[in-house]
Amino acid sequence: MRAIKARGISEGIGKGEVIIIKEPFGFYGNIDPKTGIIIEKGNPLEGVCIKDKIFVFPNGKGSTVGSYVIYGLKKNGVAPSAIINLETETIVATGVILAEIPCVDKPEENLIETLKDGDVVEVDGNKGEIRIL
Amino acid sequence: MYLTNEEELMLKGEQGAVVAKCMKLLVRLGDIYGADKMISISSSQASGVSYKSIGDPGLEFLNGFADEGAKVRVPTFLNPAGMDLENWKELGISETFAGKQMKIISAFRKMNVVTTCSCTPYLFGNLPRFGEHIAWSESSAVSFANSVIGARTNREGGPSALAAGITGRTANYGLHLEENRKPNLLINLKVELKTSSDFGALGYFIGKVVKNKIPYFSGINKCNTDNLKFLGAAMAASGAVALYHVENKTPEAKNYESLINRLEKVEYSAEDLKKSYEELTDSPEPDLIVIGCPHASISEIEILAEKLNNKKLEKEFWVCTSKSIKTWADRMGYTKIINDAGAKIVCDTCMVVSPLEETNYECIGTNSGKAAKYIPGFCKKKVFFGDLNILIEKGLRK
Repeated sequence: MRAIKARGISEGIGKGEVIIIKEPFGFYGNIDPKTGIIIEKGNPLEGVCIKDKIFVFPNGKGSTVGSYVIYGLKKNGVAPSAIINLETETIVATGVILAEIPCVDKPEENLIETLKDGDVVEVDGNKGEIRIL
Repeated sequence: MYLTNEEELMLKGEQGAVVAKCMKLLVRLGDIYGADKMISISSSQASGVSYKSIGDPGLEFLNGFADEGAKVRVPTFLNPAGMDLENWKELGISETFAGKQMKIISAFRKMNVVTTCSCTPYLFGNLPRFGEHIAWSESSAVSFANSVIGARTNREGGPSALAAGITGRTANYGLHLEENRKPNLLINLKVELKTSSDFGALGYFIGKVVKNKIPYFSGINKCNTDNLKFLGAAMAASGAVALYHVENKTPEAKNYESLINRLEKVEYSAEDLKKSYEELTDSPEPDLIVIGCPHASISEIEILAEKLNNKKLEKEFWVCTSKSIKTWADRMGYTKIINDAGAKIVCDTCMVVSPLEETNYECIGTNSGKAAKYIPGFCKKKVFFGDLNILIEKGLRK
């Protein structure tokens, strides 16, 4: 196991398989809050479900309604088990805190480059740590 | 971040799970922006009210919060909704949309949020004092409160404004701090502005140039409160301007007199004004005319009533305002004059957040720089931008 320091944004511990999007991601209009499936046209992960995954992307973008979509994912039982960002902005921060989804940002290394899809990691939002299992 | 004992207790859940969640959100947002502490606010104003903007995810969130027993502890007013809460049918709103919209309103009411549904809360009952800290989210109201009143607010998101209302706190960063309220661009006017649409045109032009800077206007010799409302609204739409100063007109401008000669300068000429009007216009022939963005004041409605007295409009004409102002207009007889001329006074909503894209109108005529900027994107309609007299003239023609 290898532990990487990060900043805790939202509390809780989540474990799962990593899925990575290398570009900033806007939740509103780009993911179905009922199914957790990415529906953004042209996104390399179009059609992929983020339920129970560790969702890794650099930062949020787009409409502030994105916060509500994140909350909807959790309420509908299709939320990722945790989120890792390079830098969490307010849309994602608002969403994960209200939805109580563990989230960390500013990892000590650029995990977008060093992690790959399918790696199993544990995100600790309380301590601000990512453990690669 | 430094937290008082009471704030620590709120964060730990002593005042319930919803308060704890809101506090967590505000503290974390404060961390992200480098705030040193939380501050008490005297009022809040929440955006994200129209079903068109927040959809089912927003409705579910608000219902969830209301069910958990969330209540605001400082006066919290609402932004416009997607329809007139009473007369939605005659605006062509569908039953489905209306049903969802009313559920959103009920959720807010359950949380003790005053369901005013207006972007101009400062005109009737939510008026902050100079220097007071508030947490507002409607961009034109944020600009008005900061600039014209001298209260202090960042532009909050819908959920963070609601969280601020529920906790009575916001994080101390951005425009809450004196040092961040200094102008950093001087706008020299070389043209005399005459109408509110002139102020909207100026705001549109400058917002594009300054993005999120703080402009200081010099050379605006005459303006009224409505004019400034139009200026701020347009600047917040084409840019992200949340605060501006006007020499001899707004309360904080005098603090910066010694500074302005060192600022980067932009000139605004008669030619620029003309260009602003042209840029905001797609077509010269509106088939629906809408004024009241931001919501019309009683003076604007009075002026309109004078101009429409004994006239008959050939084109559809709406005036958007709050229910409060409408009540005054009813009492003064303005509503009757306006209705007799064939125009409607529409409450609780506006042309930007109502589902205009679902109607058959092709081109919307408006005197608002903000509406002219947003309508093509949000409502997929063409725009004619002009001052009130021209709009009425066009409205009277077939």
